[in-house]
Amino acid sequence: MNLDKFVSLENIEMTFHTKSGAFTALKDVNINIKQGEFVSIIGHSGCGKSTVLNIIAGLYPASEGVALCADREISGPGPERAVVFQNHSLLPWLTVYENVMLAVDSVFAKTKTKAEKDDWVNYNLKLVHMDHAAHKRPNEISGGMKQRVGIARALAMQPKVLLMDEPFGALDALTRAHLQDELMKICAEINTTVVMVTHDVDEAVLLSDKIVMMTNGPAATVGEILPVRLERPRSRLALANDPEYLRCRQAVLTFLYDKHRKDDH
Amino acid sequence: MSQMQLKSFLMWLAPTLLGILFFILLWSGVSTATDGKIPTPAVTWTAGVELFSDPFYNNGPNDMGIGWNIMYSLGRVGLGFGLAALIGIPLGFWIGRSLFASRAFNPIISLLRPVSPLAWLPLGLLIFNSTHWAAIWVIFISSIWPMIINTAVGVSRVPSDYMNVAKVLRLSEWQIMTKIMIPAVLPYLLTGVRLAIGVAWLVIVAAEMLTGGIGIGFWVWDEWNNLNVAHILVAIIVIGLIGLMLEAALVWLAQRFSYGE
Repeated sequence: MNLDKFVSLENIEMTFHTKSGAFTALKDVNINIKQGEFVSIIGHSGCGKSTVLNIIAGLYPASEGVALCADREISGPGPERAVVFQNHSLLPWLTVYENVMLAVDSVFAKTKTKAEKDDWVNYNLKLVHMDHAAHKRPNEISGGMKQRVGIARALAMQPKVLLMDEPFGALDALTRAHLQDELMKICAEINTTVVMVTHDVDEAVLLSDKIVMMTNGPAATVGEILPVRLERPRSRLALANDPEYLRCRQAVLTFLYDKHRKDDH
Repeated sequence: MSQMQLKSFLMWLAPTLLGILFFILLWSGVSTATDGKIPTPAVTWTAGVELFSDPFYNNGPNDMGIGWNIMYSLGRVGLGFGLAALIGIPLGFWIGRSLFASRAFNPIISLLRPVSPLAWLPLGLLIFNSTHWAAIWVIFISSIWPMIINTAVGVSRVPSDYMNVAKVLRLSEWQIMTKIMIPAVLPYLLTGVRLAIGVAWLVIVAAEMLTGGIGIGFWVWDEWNNLNVAHILVAIIVIGLIGLMLEAALVWLAQRFSYGE
């Protein structure tokens, strides 16, 4: 298996056929992601960064080009590419435990016993510190907690790649920072490959090994790819004055607000 | 009970009692103005007490207690309504999930839905050769539309995020149905059921007036032929109370199956 191209997008083009005609959202998108790498995709709203994620997830079929994951062509969605949705997407009629169990039940239907599944659900809830609320419904817990459960559900699928679509976008700054720290810990523990869409520059630099910067649409493409060479584990306090951190931050800001400025919001 | 609760309870009770009092005064007024052709509330009350002191007597098919008549009507509503649910709810799911089905059925539903339920009665009499089944047929046809339409709307409003979760998990059609579609559609479906049972209970009285036999609708008509107006007034109140109870039961059911987002 080619570990340097664990996830690979080659010349991806995405055209949507709307009532007002064809709309090309993405053109010539090329991204290679190594196994175990944490990659952020950043860009202004409407640049098609979520579309890139949905193509990797298999929820959208690319109009042109090839999308590969672990040397196999991506032909549809599946649990080996688990998604953490922006608005958590927990089923409101199921408890926290049942939401995660739904995933575990369908992924490990034949490979785990009932007791093993139960242990695995509890293990993942513990990982995101939500074991205390296992029997609550989503409407009884806060937005940050819902997103933790969303992450637990995705991790419980034991995915090859964890896909996150602005996972902390709807949360307040303190909760977001807290969850970012926890996500770093979890990633260090289970060493998974992560692709995260974000519009938060600090989040991207803090979490990523590599930042993919997208130009503005229509026909958006990859503008620059910035490697973030910071030691792990990372601490947001220690990084505040780190020259490499500041350099990366500056590079992303320059890309977004100087080279590819977007005025209409 | 705290003072605040007591106060808000009284604030609810006082206008309610005043409203009922006003209604009874108005009724008495009408009664006086018509020289007692419309019986007074007191006379109606006495007639009601008498009727309900022995609601389940049975002196042959032409003379049965009011309780039996109510049971027969509820039985017809239950049967017609149940058959409508059996066909209407799955059809609603199909129309909601398939563009083909929605294009095929929507024009027909739009055409037939506004038709007054009683217009279907002659067809029922012709096909089933039975007044009993003709009345059930009318209930069936009048309660099926709200169930089809509300179910279909509910299905089309299942958030696409939930369906994406289903796709990522590669859930089977059966799991999509039981784990996602049915719970998500249930609140819409119950609204349809509530509307349907309301219509069914409205229509059964009219249908039975036309078909005759045992049932609260024909019972009203029979008492009109006997010129027993007090009994008609009792029947009106009883029909209203039963409608109220059906509605309350379904509201309770809907609340049990509702969930916060």
